[in-house]
Amino acid sequence: MELLIKMEFTEEQINRYSRHILLPEVGGKGQKKIAKSRILLVGAGGLGSPAALYLAAAGVGTIGLIDSDVVDLTNLQRQILHHTPDVGRPKVQSGKEKIQALNPDVSVSMYEERLTAGNALKIFGDYDVVIDGVDNFPAKFLINDACFFAEKPLIHGGILRFDGRVTTIIPKKSACYRCVFKAPPPPGLVASCQEAGVIGVLAGIIGTIQATEALKLILGVGRPLTDRLLDFDARKTQFREIKVRRNPNCALCGEHPTITELFDDGDPYAGCAVRP
Amino acid sequence: MQVKINGKPEEIQSGTVLDLLNAKKIEPQMVAVEVNDKVLERDDLATTHLHEGDQVEFLFYMGGGR
Repeated sequence: MELLIKMEFTEEQINRYSRHILLPEVGGKGQKKIAKSRILLVGAGGLGSPAALYLAAAGVGTIGLIDSDVVDLTNLQRQILHHTPDVGRPKVQSGKEKIQALNPDVSVSMYEERLTAGNALKIFGDYDVVIDGVDNFPAKFLINDACFFAEKPLIHGGILRFDGRVTTIIPKKSACYRCVFKAPPPPGLVASCQEAGVIGVLAGIIGTIQATEALKLILGVGRPLTDRLLDFDARKTQFREIKVRRNPNCALCGEHPTITELFDDGDPYAGCAVRP
Repeated sequence: MQVKINGKPEEIQSGTVLDLLNAKKIEPQMVAVEVNDKVLERDDLATTHLHEGDQVEFLFYMGGGR
């Protein structure tokens, strides 16, 4: 075992990842899996920031960043991948720099574009796991659908005010987002992100759980957060798990699917937050 | 009768899921409803009667991430 580790990692890498390698569930073999893994972050913002940093620190081989935005001053309250001098710069570039400053072993692929029905499958095809860090429902549904067609595991996350939610979706094996939420909510009933607000640290909590789930899938360790919605209430510091199951009537992964190809489900600028 | 709503026991009038949504002033389009771990179709909200001890989950959309 020791010899194997020395053949595959430099001495510096063995030191860098020693706290992983010490874990029986990881070891040299698991660290090698992490080093070979490719994880895609859709959105380099609130959820994407902590996920990117922890995945980089863990030694993930390739991190993909999709984001068409530039850093705005209002982002810095929670998007810890970006610093004050980055205001006005493309998020993918700012993100890549932070990731590689933390860990030069990581290769970063930048996609400075919006995710659409036209580009999603091509991009998703190159990755092992997809992390949802977007702020609007049409994009969340598009990511869910694209992961289904590309057969990629998805770590879904959402944050709003003091509430967060995370769940893992293994297409065709566990409940998908559409099994529970059939379609985006009607735009007129939805408050915008700017109106709703969010406590910044929530992004860290939910995004870090998303990174944990991604690493578990790469390592094949433990029980994934499938068929369960994990809801977090920061006011009470309380987690609650809601069981969900595959829906035979699901328009995407049910017995008689009506969604047979990718489509852009609504206007991505329509809104991001709902709570009656 | 008593049911559990989002994990909390609550005393409600007997009726359908739609009655409960109306009583709580929740717009049906804004929520996914689970009764005893099964997601209801929107068309079934008005015909699904609640029973003593049912576990009801109102799952609101949570869309943020940025």
